[in-house]
Amino acid sequence: MPLVRFGKIAGDAFVRVTDDDPLPDSGAILVSAARFLADPETLSRRVGGAGVIWPNNRDVDDLVPYLDRLAVVALVFPTFRDGRAYSQARLLRERHGFRGELRATGQVLRDQFVFMLRAGFDAYEVKKESDAEAFTNTVKRYSVFYQPTGDGRLTALHRRMRLRHSESASQ
Amino acid sequence: MYAYDELDRTLINERVSEFRDQVKRRLSGELTEDEFKMLRLQNGVYLQLHAYMFRVAIPYGTLSSKQLRRLAHVARRYDRGYGHFTTRQNIQYNWIKLAELPDALADLAEVGIHAMQTSGNNTRNVTSDQWAGVAPGEVEDPRIWSELLRQYTTLHPEFSFLPRKFKFAITASEHDRAAIKVHDIGLRLYKNAEGETGFEVLVGGGLGRTPFIGKTIKSFVPGRDLLSYVEAILRVYNQYGRRDNIYKARIKILVHELGIEKFAGEVEDEWLRMRDSALTLDEAVVEEIRSRFTYPVYEQLPHMPDELRKAAHDPLFEAWRSNSVAPHKVPGYAIVTLSLKPVGGPPGDATAGQMDAIADLADKYSFGEIRVGHEQNLALPHVARRDLPALWRALDKIGVATPNVNLVSDIIACPGLDYCSLANARSIPIAQELTRRFANHDTANLIGKLHVNISGCINACGHHHVGHIGILGVEKNGEEFYQITIGGRADEHAVVGALIGPAVPYGQVADVVEDIVEAYLALRERPDELFIDAVKRLGVEPFRERVYATR
Repeated sequence: MPLVRFGKIAGDAFVRVTDDDPLPDSGAILVSAARFLADPETLSRRVGGAGVIWPNNRDVDDLVPYLDRLAVVALVFPTFRDGRAYSQARLLRERHGFRGELRATGQVLRDQFVFMLRAGFDAYEVKKESDAEAFTNTVKRYSVFYQPTGDGRLTALHRRMRLRHSESASQ
Repeated sequence: MYAYDELDRTLINERVSEFRDQVKRRLSGELTEDEFKMLRLQNGVYLQLHAYMFRVAIPYGTLSSKQLRRLAHVARRYDRGYGHFTTRQNIQYNWIKLAELPDALADLAEVGIHAMQTSGNNTRNVTSDQWAGVAPGEVEDPRIWSELLRQYTTLHPEFSFLPRKFKFAITASEHDRAAIKVHDIGLRLYKNAEGETGFEVLVGGGLGRTPFIGKTIKSFVPGRDLLSYVEAILRVYNQYGRRDNIYKARIKILVHELGIEKFAGEVEDEWLRMRDSALTLDEAVVEEIRSRFTYPVYEQLPHMPDELRKAAHDPLFEAWRSNSVAPHKVPGYAIVTLSLKPVGGPPGDATAGQMDAIADLADKYSFGEIRVGHEQNLALPHVARRDLPALWRALDKIGVATPNVNLVSDIIACPGLDYCSLANARSIPIAQELTRRFANHDTANLIGKLHVNISGCINACGHHHVGHIGILGVEKNGEEFYQITIGGRADEHAVVGALIGPAVPYGQVADVVEDIVEAYLALRERPDELFIDAVKRLGVEPFRERVYATR
C-alpha cells in the first residue's frame, strides 16, 4: 500500500508493531491505541519516534496529553463511507494544535483526497497504486472552497470580502 | 434571485469535471460499482428499476426562467421529455444514461444549477418557503440564510460522509410552508425581544420508518452564530450518530436515544469551544450575500383592477383564483400557484413543453422568476393582479390551472413502484385514481382544504405521516396493501397521523378515502371546520367505524 507524504509517494519510516509482538530496539514505530495507552510515557519518549493508530470511535481527548511528543497520529477509515475521522482530524489540528504527521489509513481512495487535505491530513496510506500516483493532480481539482478549516485556504466568502475591500480602496 | 459570481461558477464547473472523471473511471472499470455508488449518489444519481435516476437541486425553490428552460432542455435532450418535481425542491429525471450525465450536468452548470448532494449520506439541498421574499408578514427573506447554508454545506470537508442523509429547512413566516418540523435541522427565523435577528433551531425531525417531530434544541441562536451552531450539531452527529444500522442512523434516533437535553448539552459544549471562529457571520458577510439577491422593481398598482373585476363574473376563473392566488407583500401583486396535479396525471410531473411555456409566462408576468414548493407545485411569485385573468387563460392552455391547490386532489406522492427500486407498492396510480374520484370541483371545494400524501414504502418520500390523510404502501404476501392514517400535518402544528385500521388492498384505497371524506362531511360541526380540525376534535374512532363497518 503506497504512502503519500507531502504530496509524493514516499517510503514509510514507521514500522507497524502489533499488540503481541515485542517492540524493536530502535527505529520509529506505529502502535495501537490500546498498546500506546498502556505505557504512554515510555512510548511517547521513544528515541526514533512513535506514532499511534487511533480508532475512529474513541475520543481524541484521551490523546491530548501526549500530542506534542507523538510523531504520527494515524486515523482510520474502516470504509470510505465512515467519516468520523474527518472530525477527529480537525479537532487534533485545529483545537489541540497537533503539528506532527496526521495520517489517513484504511479505505483511502482518490475521491477523498481533497476532503482529507482540508481536514488536516498530510499523509495517506492509499489503497490503490493508481490513486496514489494521481494524488498531485487530484488535489488540484478544486480552487474554490466554501468552508473555513485549519488548512488556511481562504473561503469564497472571505475572498469576496477582500475583493470588495480592494475595489472600494481603489475608488 | 441569487446571482452566482465567478467563484460559485468555478466551483460547480470543478464539480462537473470531477464527476466526469469519476464516470470515466467507472465506465473503464477502474472504479468498482461499490466505490462508484457513493460517488454517484453524492451527485444525485440513483440506480432505479429501469434506469438511472438523476436528481437536480433547486436550492430554496427559486428558479429563473432561464434555469427552468434549461431544465426543460435536459428533459428533452437526455430524458423522455418530462421531469418530476419532488417534495424537497428538487427535480428528478427518470431515464438518464450514465454516459450522458456529465454533459447534462455541464449544460445545467452553465445556468448555475447543480446536483451536488441531492442524495447520499451528506447534507442535502437546503429547502425553504416557496413564498420566501414575497409572503406578507415575513421577518426577512429566508433565502439569504438558505444561500449561506447552501454554500456552507456544499462539499463540506468534514461532513460529506455522515452516518446518514441530513436535511435543512428554513422558514421566516409564522405559517410554516417549509415543513421545518420534519427536517433534521429546522430553522425558524424571527426577531427576539431586542430586535435581533436569529433562529429557533429544531433538531431531530424526520419521517421514514420512525417518524419524529423535531424538538427545539435552542430557542434563539443569533444570525451571526448560525454556522458555528450548525457545525457543532453536525460534529456531534458525525461522531456519535449510529453507523451500525442504516435504519437507526438518522440524527433523530441519536436525539431520541440521548434525549434532547443531553444532546443539547453535547452540542452546547462543542459550540462554546468554537463559537468565535472563522464561521462567525459578520454583518458585512451577510450583507455581501444579501446584495446578490435581486428583487423586482414593483409598480404602484391597484388592488382591484378592472381586469379582475370583469373576470370575477366567470365562475371558472373565480374557482381558480380562490384557491391558486395568494396575497403578496406588495399591494397590487399576487403569488400564483401552478397546479402540477391535473386530473388523472402523476403528481409533480411537468413536460419540457410545459416548463418552457411556464418560463415564458414567468418572463411576461412574474419578472422571470418561478418557485418550487414541497407540495410538488410551482408558483409565480410576482404577478400583477391585473394580469391574473390573462395568466389564468395561458396556464389553463398548458394544463397547469387545475383549480385544486390545497384540495383533496392536490396530492403529494412519491414515484412508487412504477420507478423506484425501494418501493413496495405503487403510488402514482393511487393518486391518479383519487384525482378522478374527486374531479368534480364543486365537491372538492365543499370538502375544503385536505392534504392527501402517498408513499410507496416506509421510507416515506411522499410524507404520508404528515398528510391529513396519509397512505402508505406495504407488501403482504406479494400483494400491494395500503395503511391509512389520518390527522397528520407538516406545518407549525406538525403531528404524525394516526393509523385508522388494518391495511387495505390496492383496489380498495380510493373507496376508503371516499368513506373517510364522507364521514368527515357528516361529522363536521360547520362547513368551515377543516378536515384536520375535525379529526383533532373527534379522534380516529368515528372515522374507523365508518370505514371498517362494512369491511
